[in-house]
Amino acid sequence: MTVSPLGTGRAPAEAGRGDPATETASVPVSPLPGSQRSGTIAAKDFSFWYGAKQALYDVTMTIPARAVTALIGPSGCGKSTFLRSINRLNGLIPGVRHTGTIELDGENVYGAAMNPVSLRQRAGMVFQRWNPFPKSIYENVAYGPRINGNSTRAQLDEIVEQSLRRAALWNEVKDRLRQSALGLSGGQQQRLCIARALANEPEVLLLDEPASALDPIATQKIEELLYELRSELTIVIVTHNMQQAARVSDHTAFFYLGRLVEMNETGQLFTAPREERTEAYITGRFG
Amino acid sequence: MSPETAFRHFHDQLQTLKDRLLDMSARAEELIDLAVDSLLTRDKAKADAVIGGDRELDMLELECENLAVSLLALQQPMGRDLRFLISAIKITSDLERVGDHAVNIAQSALRLIALHVEITPTPEIEDMARRARGMLADALDAFVRADGAVGREVCKADDAVDALHDSVFRILLTHMMADARTINPSLELLLVSRNLERVADLATNIGEDAVFLAEGKQIKHHFEEQQRDRSAIPQPTG
Repeated sequence: MTVSPLGTGRAPAEAGRGDPATETASVPVSPLPGSQRSGTIAAKDFSFWYGAKQALYDVTMTIPARAVTALIGPSGCGKSTFLRSINRLNGLIPGVRHTGTIELDGENVYGAAMNPVSLRQRAGMVFQRWNPFPKSIYENVAYGPRINGNSTRAQLDEIVEQSLRRAALWNEVKDRLRQSALGLSGGQQQRLCIARALANEPEVLLLDEPASALDPIATQKIEELLYELRSELTIVIVTHNMQQAARVSDHTAFFYLGRLVEMNETGQLFTAPREERTEAYITGRFG
Repeated sequence: MSPETAFRHFHDQLQTLKDRLLDMSARAEELIDLAVDSLLTRDKAKADAVIGGDRELDMLELECENLAVSLLALQQPMGRDLRFLISAIKITSDLERVGDHAVNIAQSALRLIALHVEITPTPEIEDMARRARGMLADALDAFVRADGAVGREVCKADDAVDALHDSVFRILLTHMMADARTINPSLELLLVSRNLERVADLATNIGEDAVFLAEGKQIKHHFEEQQRDRSAIPQPTG
């Protein structure tokens, strides 16, 4: 068994990190050729169980590449379970099982050929509560590329700068890269976590309530960042904040009681949804 | 305030807005009735009452609009509630315009009274007034009950009012060609007919808003049919 390099017990599987029980952190990543890596996610009849409790029922949906897709629904509707199923984070929990498939660019993420560490590099995750490593800002971002073992110091410097720039954090931290990441504000720490995920050059960024613990200004910065990144990445965001889903996403999927009720273009879903249950939820009549 | 209380508060305010829209509609219908009545009975007092009564409609418009805007800003509604508020803002504007048309008709009545010319308004004008008023009532009813079918019926009813307007035009043209002395009063009656036709158009707008509220579909400018026609065109293959 490989012990977590940091041993903090936080961030069970940040982008680029795998299941310590079953995976080796230094597994080299062999990405598909660029032409095949668009970041399209396709779920087909995907069901998921935590022990005897079924959390998802026959979810079939296609999440388009290079766009923002929001997953909304009341607590316990399965939206986070679905998000975590995309990069197999749920697989780290004992007693879970699934049926059906989720494909990333046509590859079954649950297939025998899929390396979970490689998968989580391709589909990075950002959590509700920011979780930087107790290291310097630089080391946080350099961590993933470094354990992938193919970066020189100069390459790492460039990756760190590019990732921090893409996460709209560079100007705020460039003079204190060697200081502890834990000295940053909450919003900055969250953007650092996004930079850390971006350093692995993922095709997909999965965000689980990334701004729900942030003030309005920090939230706005995260939302602007998602807007900037949408042309480069497939972004899937779980949010309880419907206004946020409406503001940031191109497509919205409404989950209820473990089922996908409706997936629609965001403008359509929030003004004139197809399904009665969606209408009832977005107008606050249940949930 | 708990979420449940805030939710109740929001829906209480939506109901208030619905009630105010119904007040506005009732007032607009009364003004149209009174204006046409002043024309038919040559009653100056009634015409003056229409001109004075329009102010009340203006005030109701402001009240409805402010309430709708504040609900949009404070509650950030979605789905049906959003469609309701967007439509309500348009409807208050339409109803205010109905009041303006009533005033135009009353002013025509006053000028006709001042002309001291005997010309009988055609029965078509009375019919137009009855139909336009009915359309207005039905459209508002369709809107507050979110009944798309009734909204579509209102839109269809507009064709009959348009046809009556054409008839009035032809009848008055005949009068004017036969006797040049009738030109002035005939033009006034033509204006009245035109104003009633516009009231029916505004009622049609409200009917379209009722469909948008109920079904989330835009039917104005025959948009729906155009979409259907476009999708029916065979696409080139290969």
